Amino acid sequence: MSIDETTAARVAKLARIKVEPDALPALALEFNTILGFIEQLNEVDVDGVEPMTSVTPQVLKRRDDVVRDGGQQAKVLANAPDAREGFFAVPKVVE
Amino acid sequence: MTDLNKLGLADARDALRKGDVSSVELTNACLSEIEGAGALNAFVHHTADLAADQAKVADARIKAGDAPAMCGLPIGIKDLFCTKGVPSQAGSRILQGFLPEYESTVSQNLFDAGAVMLGKLNMDEFAMGSSNETSVYGNAVNPWRRAGDDAPLTPGGSSGGSAAAVAADLCLAATGTDTGGSIRQPAAFTGTVGIKPTYGRCSRWGVVAFASSLDQAGPMTKTVRDAAIMLGAMAGYDAKDSTSADLAVPDFEAALTGDIRGKKIGIPREYHMDGMPEEIEKLWQDGIAMMRDAGAEIVDISLPHTKYALPAYYVIAPAEASSNLARYDGVRYGHRAKLDQGDGITEMYEKTRAQGFGPEVQRRVMVGTYVLSAGFYDAYYNRARKVRTLIKKDFEDAFAAGVDSILTPATPSAAFGLGEMTDADPVAMYLNDVFTVTVNLAGLPGIALPTGTSSKGLPLGLQLIGRPWEEADLLSTAYALEKAAGFVAKPDKWW
Repeated sequence: MSIDETTAARVAKLARIKVEPDALPALALEFNTILGFIEQLNEVDVDGVEPMTSVTPQVLKRRDDVVRDGGQQAKVLANAPDAREGFFAVPKVVE
Repeated sequence: MTDLNKLGLADARDALRKGDVSSVELTNACLSEIEGAGALNAFVHHTADLAADQAKVADARIKAGDAPAMCGLPIGIKDLFCTKGVPSQAGSRILQGFLPEYESTVSQNLFDAGAVMLGKLNMDEFAMGSSNETSVYGNAVNPWRRAGDDAPLTPGGSSGGSAAAVAADLCLAATGTDTGGSIRQPAAFTGTVGIKPTYGRCSRWGVVAFASSLDQAGPMTKTVRDAAIMLGAMAGYDAKDSTSADLAVPDFEAALTGDIRGKKIGIPREYHMDGMPEEIEKLWQDGIAMMRDAGAEIVDISLPHTKYALPAYYVIAPAEASSNLARYDGVRYGHRAKLDQGDGITEMYEKTRAQGFGPEVQRRVMVGTYVLSAGFYDAYYNRARKVRTLIKKDFEDAFAAGVDSILTPATPSAAFGLGEMTDADPVAMYLNDVFTVTVNLAGLPGIALPTGTSSKGLPLGLQLIGRPWEEADLLSTAYALEKAAGFVAKPDKWW
């Protein structure tokens, strides 16, 4: 499996990371190096093996269905680059 | 008492309790040492005022006869831990200016145990790196140098600042985190002790997430005893982390008997890597002899899937990272790119993340995005998770056959020069974690400790791997190896 510049551009788009067109060839090359390394996994016989979901066997605990905290609007917004009137502010998303 | 900063946790604790020294004195000794150690670039956010306050409170507690495990002991905290009101950037530009409104469980546990925080420690960006060279703060520098050579060396990564600070006696101990070897590799590169506990032993709540199924916090210290003390203070069940284990934390220090007579120590044949330097092989053989002399039974074991651990890791860790790091969107915290006329929300995300993430983080987020994308999920991600099951089974089989712990090298080399790997491809850097990454994939406890020096006079470390939840036994075995190795070298002060 080899990654070309179009695929590299698509992955960058999916990851929401702006990559300038002139940086795409080098990026594709790096992907191919890393994926080439990962390809070794194809040598392993994984027939009938369960994919790991939890490294330590455990049952997730349930908590009581009650309100535990809240009313922390000021704290939630404290680190926002742009917060107005109790909301996070972003560029216009609806025309 | 002179050179208080050079004390370890146990010695300082005993001196505090005897009244020979105060926490204020210990803390001041460390603060002045930090001030003179700018060249190491270990401490990146200084909290001298907080430390002074905490030290005074600790002295009062000691006087009142209420001195918990870490009372009055000055430590450094890796920048990955959220500390309330103190910059917590995970070594990244994207979290510039972020001041957490809450305290991570591990740092809170340490504060509850009386610890004093001197500041935040340098690290690779989002803990992605093995040399501390991906940090937005610049490189942390190893206090050790090759004999007769002034070239600056890496302290390892990602917990490079923690390792450098402990090795240079800027603090008594430090917190680290370990996703693929980020505690144990820097410990080995700096002649210090680092333990990654069993997955679930320390709460991940408030620790900036890299790969959630692999991340674990642990102590970085000057001795095995100190590691036992500090791990006890960091660990414990936390309802805020759903993967936190609801198990009692044993008294790790009390378990340090150093008696390993009759213990079965496994030596995995697959860890004899092609091209491994002779001095690493010799270090390992010397360690085996020490364990045998201390009464342990040495057995050859096989961990057949070892070779596939790194490739599996470089699917699973980036996949989880791409998901975890999706939260850095320029909306809720940290950096937001300056936008051009007409830019919408997509441009805001893309520019923010391109400016905020460094090259290695971008690379891993994109690799993770790729292996999780439609059409590749089964071929890469699911296959890697199946291989992970097999890697864990390798260890389970060894333990089922009666092995108590496993002895391996910690790293394939001594510390390398800063900048030396710049031109190498990313995979060459990944190979640093070849001996440590299996342990994260299997969720096991692993400890690195110094047992020898390289031909250039640099520290070299061995790793011991234990059964799940048996850190007490693992630490005691490490204690025996520490005594046998008698490693006492310290770096010459040049900074």
